[in-house]
Amino acid sequence: MDFWRVPLDAADVFVTKGVVHILEERCKGCGYCIEYCPKSILTFSSRFNKKGYHPPMLTGATDCVNCHYCEIICPEFAIYSVEA
Amino acid sequence: MTGKKKQTDITPAHPLDDLIRTDRIPHIWCPGCGIGTAFSACLSAIKRSCENLNNVSMVSGIGCSGRAAGYIKLDSFHTTHGRAIPFATGLKLAKPDMNVIVFSGDGDLFAIGGNHFIHAARRNMDLTVICVNNLNYGMTGGQAAATTPHKAKTTTSISGNPEDPFNLPLLAYAAGATYVARWTILHTRDLTESISEALSRKGFSFIEVLAPCPINYGRRNKEKSLDSLKLYQEKSIIKNGADPASVDLDFQNGIVLGTFVNRDKPTFYEKYKMINGLD
Ligand code: SF4
Ligand code: SF4
Ligand code: SF4
Repeated sequence: MDFWRVPLDAADVFVTKGVVHILEERCKGCGYCIEYCPKSILTFSSRFNKKGYHPPMLTGATDCVNCHYCEIICPEFAIYSVEA
Repeated sequence: MTGKKKQTDITPAHPLDDLIRTDRIPHIWCPGCGIGTAFSACLSAIKRSCENLNNVSMVSGIGCSGRAAGYIKLDSFHTTHGRAIPFATGLKLAKPDMNVIVFSGDGDLFAIGGNHFIHAARRNMDLTVICVNNLNYGMTGGQAAATTPHKAKTTTSISGNPEDPFNLPLLAYAAGATYVARWTILHTRDLTESISEALSRKGFSFIEVLAPCPINYGRRNKEKSLDSLKLYQEKSIIKNGADPASVDLDFQNGIVLGTFVNRDKPTFYEKYKMINGLD
């Protein structure tokens, strides 16, 4: 999520950090996690999984905030985050 | 329960893996289908609210959503078409301490199973009924259902549906349901909370979940799965306590979501015990 300005208390707010895991073989490429990750750190990979879908991958960013939204919106139990 | 286990999974496992029959995953639901998300919210709510998982069961009817009973790694039963509620009623009366969840679709619960629904609500049977509303008969090829919006295109209404759909929360409330809520799969945190609340309370609880069916409904109405989610995002209005008569589904002007009804009434079993002088 982009802020139009840095919140005044940004320095005092503790932001959680997470690591995202992707179970590629379960993914059906719906793109929900990619579209709704508040940090926009997911994108489609160019790889195919066994069923012929493109699973998501990290854009290279490491600022996952462990919000679990990708995990709960995914219809396929194919992605989840854990505390870093 | 799960038969032979095929270990194809990568460790560490998904946090809900202990509640799903992982040997049957990937499930049959189409890419972008919302049922998986609703099912996942239901599993998270079970984890949150139910201490003894041996005392929880899921009953489904027929249809795409009905497959859920086959994927949960708890006691479950996949009934005949429309009969999830009567089966669940019997189960609940035989095992009054069990938390019985009915997870099924709009066609199963409100068309062929419509009468069972209203009578279980009237009796205030202590069940949690989760209805995945995908606006059509998905599994059989996208025919018009009792929930298909007016003017929507389906295989049996190619120029647009001439009928008006049910307002499910109003129907549930009018029949006697003591807890009535509606969410979409995009509001999955609220949905999970609502299901947990329903599981922890007594009485007939009904939760409608709007979910995209991109393959059969979406395709004929120019709505890709992400378009449905965007529609939920742009058009949703959260109004807890809204009058169920005012929450007709209106995808143009606003989809009203929230917990509409939460009232206390004695359940069927409580009244039965009282009348028969049991305990
Ligand atoms: S946990 Fe949140 S921030 Fe991290 S990848 Fe998932 S959606 Fe993005
Ligand atoms: S939400 Fe799940 S199924 Fe959809 S693209 Fe992401 S990981 Fe794949
Ligand atoms: S037909 Fe529709 S409801 Fe059924 S699995 Fe496919 S997308 Fe989901």
